[in-house]
Amino acid sequence: MEEGGTGMGIINSQQSAVGSLQSGEEQVLGSSVLLTKLDEIIGWGRKYSFFLYPFVTACCGMEFMSLAGPRYDLDRFGSALPRFSPRQADLLFVVGTISHKQAPILVKIYNQMTEPKWVFSFGVCATSGGFYDNYATVQGIDTLIPVDVYVPGCPPRPEMVIDGLLKLQQKVAKEKWSDWPRGEAPVTQNQNLKIKI
Amino acid sequence: MDSVTLKKLKEKFSDSIVDTHSFRGDETATVKKEKIVDICKFLRDDNELLYNFMMDITAVDYYGREPRFEVVYHLYSLKYNRRVRIKVPVPESDCTVDSIISVWIGADWFEREAYDLYGIIFKGHPNLKRILLYEGFEGHPLRKDYPVKGRQPLIGPKN
Amino acid sequence: MVINMGPSHPVTHGTVKFLVTLDGETIVDFYVEIGYLHRGFEKMCENSTWEQVFPYTDRLNYLSPIINNVGYALAVEKLIGIDTPERCKYIRVITSELSRMADHYTNIAASALELGALTAFLYFVEARELVWDLLESFCGARLTSNYIRIGGLKNDLPDGFKEDTKEVFKRCRELWVDVDKLLTKNRIFLDRMRDIGIMPPDEAIAWGFTGPCLRASGVAYDVRKANPYLVYDQMNFEIPIGEKGDNFDRYLVRMEELNQSMRIVEQALEELPSGPINVDIPEYRWQSKDDIYTKIESLIFHFKTVTGGIRVPPGEVYFPVEGANGELGFYLVSDGNGKPYKCRVRPPCFPLTAAMPRMVKGALIADIVPTFDMVHMIGGECDR
Repeated sequence: MEEGGTGMGIINSQQSAVGSLQSGEEQVLGSSVLLTKLDEIIGWGRKYSFFLYPFVTACCGMEFMSLAGPRYDLDRFGSALPRFSPRQADLLFVVGTISHKQAPILVKIYNQMTEPKWVFSFGVCATSGGFYDNYATVQGIDTLIPVDVYVPGCPPRPEMVIDGLLKLQQKVAKEKWSDWPRGEAPVTQNQNLKIKI
Repeated sequence: MDSVTLKKLKEKFSDSIVDTHSFRGDETATVKKEKIVDICKFLRDDNELLYNFMMDITAVDYYGREPRFEVVYHLYSLKYNRRVRIKVPVPESDCTVDSIISVWIGADWFEREAYDLYGIIFKGHPNLKRILLYEGFEGHPLRKDYPVKGRQPLIGPKN
Repeated sequence: MVINMGPSHPVTHGTVKFLVTLDGETIVDFYVEIGYLHRGFEKMCENSTWEQVFPYTDRLNYLSPIINNVGYALAVEKLIGIDTPERCKYIRVITSELSRMADHYTNIAASALELGALTAFLYFVEARELVWDLLESFCGARLTSNYIRIGGLKNDLPDGFKEDTKEVFKRCRELWVDVDKLLTKNRIFLDRMRDIGIMPPDEAIAWGFTGPCLRASGVAYDVRKANPYLVYDQMNFEIPIGEKGDNFDRYLVRMEELNQSMRIVEQALEELPSGPINVDIPEYRWQSKDDIYTKIESLIFHFKTVTGGIRVPPGEVYFPVEGANGELGFYLVSDGNGKPYKCRVRPPCFPLTAAMPRMVKGALIADIVPTFDMVHMIGGECDR
C-alpha cells in the first residue's frame, strides 16, 4: 500500500498511471531534498488549515455540534470554519447514517469538491452501516467514496474524533505532491449506475 | 360496558361495524372500509364526540390471514379527553381505502407513508407518491414477505 | 425561479429537501421532501426482541433519547399490565425532564446559530454539555442512553446526584439569563421571528400539531397534564401557552419550558422515595446478580428472557408521552412471541414538517430559516 494512498483498487491503478507519466522527473528529483522539503511545508500548511464540509445527517451531528462548541474546540486544530459549499471545502466529514436515498447526494458533493480533499468517516453508521443492517442503509460509505480516517462509535466521544483528526493530520503531513489529483469517486467510474450523478 | 364513542358508533353505523372491544383501556372499533370517510366525519363533528385530532394513521400486515392488511387510525378528542382507535381491514386483492384527507388535512403525509411502506392505495389522495424511500424503489418493505436485509442500493454495490 | 434547498444544507439539518418556487424573494410554492434518513426502524424492531428495541428508540429523537425509551417502556408495560415501583417512576421523570432540557437547549442554540447569533449557540451548547454530564453520570453515555428497561431501569442514580444537579442547575440558570438577555428583546431576533410562520389554532389541530408548536398557537394540550403518566400528576408545574402562533411564541414557549423542567426535576429529587427500581417479576425483568447466582428460578428466567426475549401477551396498545417536540406515541402489536409484531412510532415532527408549506407560502425566502428551526424537525424521528 503506497504511503498516503487510500488503498482502493481503482485509485491505485490511477495513481500508478500518474506515477508512470511523471516517472522521469520522479526518478531524478523524487527523493531530493528540494521536493521532500516542499512536500513537508505543503503538508504542514494543509494539515493545520482544514476547511470542513460537515455532511451531517443523524445523531452523530450532535456530537459534531459539541465539537464545535466551547468545551471540545475544533478551532485549536485549525479546522474551525465549516464551509457549506463543496467548492470551498477540503475535508468532508460524513457524520451519521447514509441511506440509499442520500447516497447520490454524498457522491455528488464528493465529486464537486476540489482536490486535494480528504474524507473523514464519523461514527459507525458512516463507517459500516452501524446496526442498521437493512434495506435502507448504505453499509459503509467506502463502498461509494474513498475514506481516509474511520472513527467508530455510536456516537463517538468528541475526544475520539479529535484523535481521528490528529491521525488525519499525520497522514496529510506525509503526503507527496504526486498523490494528487485522484479523480472522481470510484462508484461514478462504474457507469452501470441506475441514476446519473 | 361500551363507552360513549362505541355506543354512538354502533347506533349510527350498525351495519359497518365489524367488532368493538376495549383492551387495557384502549377503545377499538373495527369498521368496514366503504364508509370510513363518513365515520370519520361523524366522529369529528358530532357534539358529544368531537374527535378533532387525527393523531396517527398506520397499517399492519397480518401475513397469512385474510384480509391481510389493517389500516389503523388513532383519534383524540381535545374537549372530552378521549381516545379511540379505528381499524379497517383491507384485503390484499383489493388493496385500496378511501383517503380521509378531506376530513383532516394532516392525514396527507401519514397516508403517503402507509402507501410507501405497505402498498395500500388511498383513493382520492392528491399526491400519492413515495415519501420515505427513493422514487424507483421496488416493493414495499414493511410487508412481512420483504426481507429485512434485502439490498436495493440506488448507486453502489450490493453488500 | 425554482431553487433547490437540498438535502445537504446547514439549515435543513441535513435531511430535508425544499423545492422553493420564487418570484423575486417571495415564496410562491414550496414542496418538502423527506426520507433521506429512513433507516428502517420499524423493520429492525420486528426482527429484534422486545428488549433489543431500546437502542433503536434512542436514535429516534436523538436529542431527548430518554423520553423515547420511557415511551416505549411504558407502552410495553401497559401491554403486559405491570406497574413499576415508585422510585423507578420518579427517576424516569427526572431523566425525561433532563432530556427535554437538552433538546430545548439544542433547538434554541441551533436556531440562534442559523440566524447569526453565535454567542447564544456557545452558551447553550455549554449548558447542554453540563446536562449531558449529568446524563453520563448515571447511564454512561452522553447521547444514546439506553437507560430504561421494561419493568425498571438499568441501574440506580449514582451517589451525590442531587448535589451535582444543584450545581448544574445553578450554572444553567445563569446561562439561561444570559441567552434571554441576548435574544428575547433583541431587535434583529424579533424582526426575524415575530409574525412569521403563523399557524392559527384550529388549523394547527387539523394538521395534527402537538407540543410546543401547538401550545404556541394557543391550544392548551400537553400529554403530561391531559393523560398523566408516571408521577406527573403529583408534580407542580405549568405549561406555557402562546398567543399568536408565530415563531417567536414558539421560542418563548421553549424557553419557559426549560424553567418548568428544572422545577420538575428539583421537586422530584426532593420527593424521591427509596426502594427497588425494578419490578419483581422475573419473567419480565432480570433479578439482581445475587439472586441469579443463587436461585434456580431467577437463573432460568434470566436465561430465557435473554436468549428468547420476554413473552408479551398478545394484543395491541397505544401509549402517548410528551416528547420534547410533541406527542410521541407508541403503537405496539404483539402476537405472543418474543419479538414485536409491529412497533409503530407516531413522530411528533412529521405533521409539523408537513405543514411547512402552509406556514411559509407568501413569505420571503429568508423566513424559511427561523420557521424550520422552530418546527424543530429531527431527521431520526421524522424519517425513522
